[in-house]
Amino acid sequence: MTTVVSRPRAASAYLPRLVGLATVILALLLAEAIIRIGWISQFIVPPPSEIAASFARLFLEEHIVHRFFYTVGECLVAGVMITVCGVGIGVLMHRVRLLQQACETWVAALASAPFVLAYPLFMVIFGRNAWTIIMMGFVSGLPPVILKTIEGISGTRRVLVNVGRSFNLTGSQQFRKILFPAAMPTIFVGVRLGLVFALINIVGTEFLINFGGLGQLINDLAERYDLGGTYAAICFVILVSVCFFMALEQVERWLRPVD
Amino acid sequence: MVKTGRLTRTSAAGPLLSPVTLLRIVLVLALLAIWELLARSGLLYRDVVPSLVRIARALGSLLSDGGYYYNLGVTAGEIGIALLIGGFSGIAVGLLLGGNRFLAKAFEPYLYYLGPTPKIIFFPVMIMWFGVGSESKIALGTLSCFFPIALNVAAGMRQIDTVLIRVGKSFRATTAQMVRKIYLPAMRHPIINGVRLGFGFALIGTLLAETKLSNKGIGFLIIQAYSTFDMPRMYAMLIVLFVLAIGANAAIGRLGGLDAIKRT
Repeated sequence: MTTVVSRPRAASAYLPRLVGLATVILALLLAEAIIRIGWISQFIVPPPSEIAASFARLFLEEHIVHRFFYTVGECLVAGVMITVCGVGIGVLMHRVRLLQQACETWVAALASAPFVLAYPLFMVIFGRNAWTIIMMGFVSGLPPVILKTIEGISGTRRVLVNVGRSFNLTGSQQFRKILFPAAMPTIFVGVRLGLVFALINIVGTEFLINFGGLGQLINDLAERYDLGGTYAAICFVILVSVCFFMALEQVERWLRPVD
Repeated sequence: MVKTGRLTRTSAAGPLLSPVTLLRIVLVLALLAIWELLARSGLLYRDVVPSLVRIARALGSLLSDGGYYYNLGVTAGEIGIALLIGGFSGIAVGLLLGGNRFLAKAFEPYLYYLGPTPKIIFFPVMIMWFGVGSESKIALGTLSCFFPIALNVAAGMRQIDTVLIRVGKSFRATTAQMVRKIYLPAMRHPIINGVRLGFGFALIGTLLAETKLSNKGIGFLIIQAYSTFDMPRMYAMLIVLFVLAIGANAAIGRLGGLDAIKRT
């Protein structure tokens, strides 16, 4: 009986997703037709089939897997730096209340500052190499981690802190066993935001300074006027960032406490 | 008769500056002192960290340069148009997705996951579509600000008090009337928040595009200062840009009354 009731419900749950997917496929087919007819020039927008065919070339000739791991490596280094420094500064600001009161608004203001525009400055300081890219990712991803660390530790439930006190925990024990684990889900929200900002800025800087992994590949292909390759590389970067975003969301869901 | 007098404020002998303000001043002064020491130490290449006096001089000459204001106007115009196009389309899409559960489930995941992708990688495509002039920068700015505005408006619309919607429907308001008289006024804050976020993204998108390929605008001036290794000028431009960006962000929030919400 229940299966009879749940079947239409399950079908209706999938219907919107199917409609969304069907619309995307239809749009691609329509684009293919319009470009083939010649209403849109193939020298501006290549047909989707040509873009799909260019993927093989990206793997065989452009070493996209190597470039992907290069970008991932940069993200990893920036991510470790963001997490270590962000959480460290956040904990310090939480511990020294005066410092938090004085600097929290500054950090919030820095979070909205367009750091990526300082990339020429970073190129002068670090040179045209991977460190410029990593540092761009680092500075743009740092503020959310600091802010969320402060928020997470400050938001620890009073009852948990009192339990720690009743066990006569020392300051560092209280931090390691109560405050930090309780703040972990909120801190990860900050780390997730920081990593997303870092990825955006790392790929963006690679593109702008024409150095590194995936961003440079797009720039290279565009300069060679390899239209199919350029569009395929852009699609690949979109795919990578969507997968990255989804993976981070899964980890965040896993860390979130069950109410 | 008891003499009643005016209440007078007792002169509380508190400190002139609060500890927070004092610490802020100390931190800023320490930072400036470290900078100046680094500039004079010779540890770094000359001009990588120019002295504060040279940066201040560059700032002065930048602000008294008419050409700078022309380029600032070009960039401001591009960002304004991008925000206008991206804002209107973002609000329209957000209203559509927020008001229809089916459409939201069908299409919002695409917006949600495309939102955090680096938009600058679309610049080669924008150049092919719109040319090397201002149009491609406006297009990139539009693309950058569209996603946060659409997602914010959609989320905001779902949070509208259902009582307001029922009131509108009980008055048999048409769809246009519902949008004008219920949805938009009730969603003022999510829209302003979205526009504020969108402004930041439009600014970054437009300026990055200018640094990549342009012959006018602030992005062009920054990359020109880099090419001629005029570091004090580059620092000065970045300082002005950061101040303008943070100021405009705060101004949009204030215009929308967001600061009033936080205070209450």
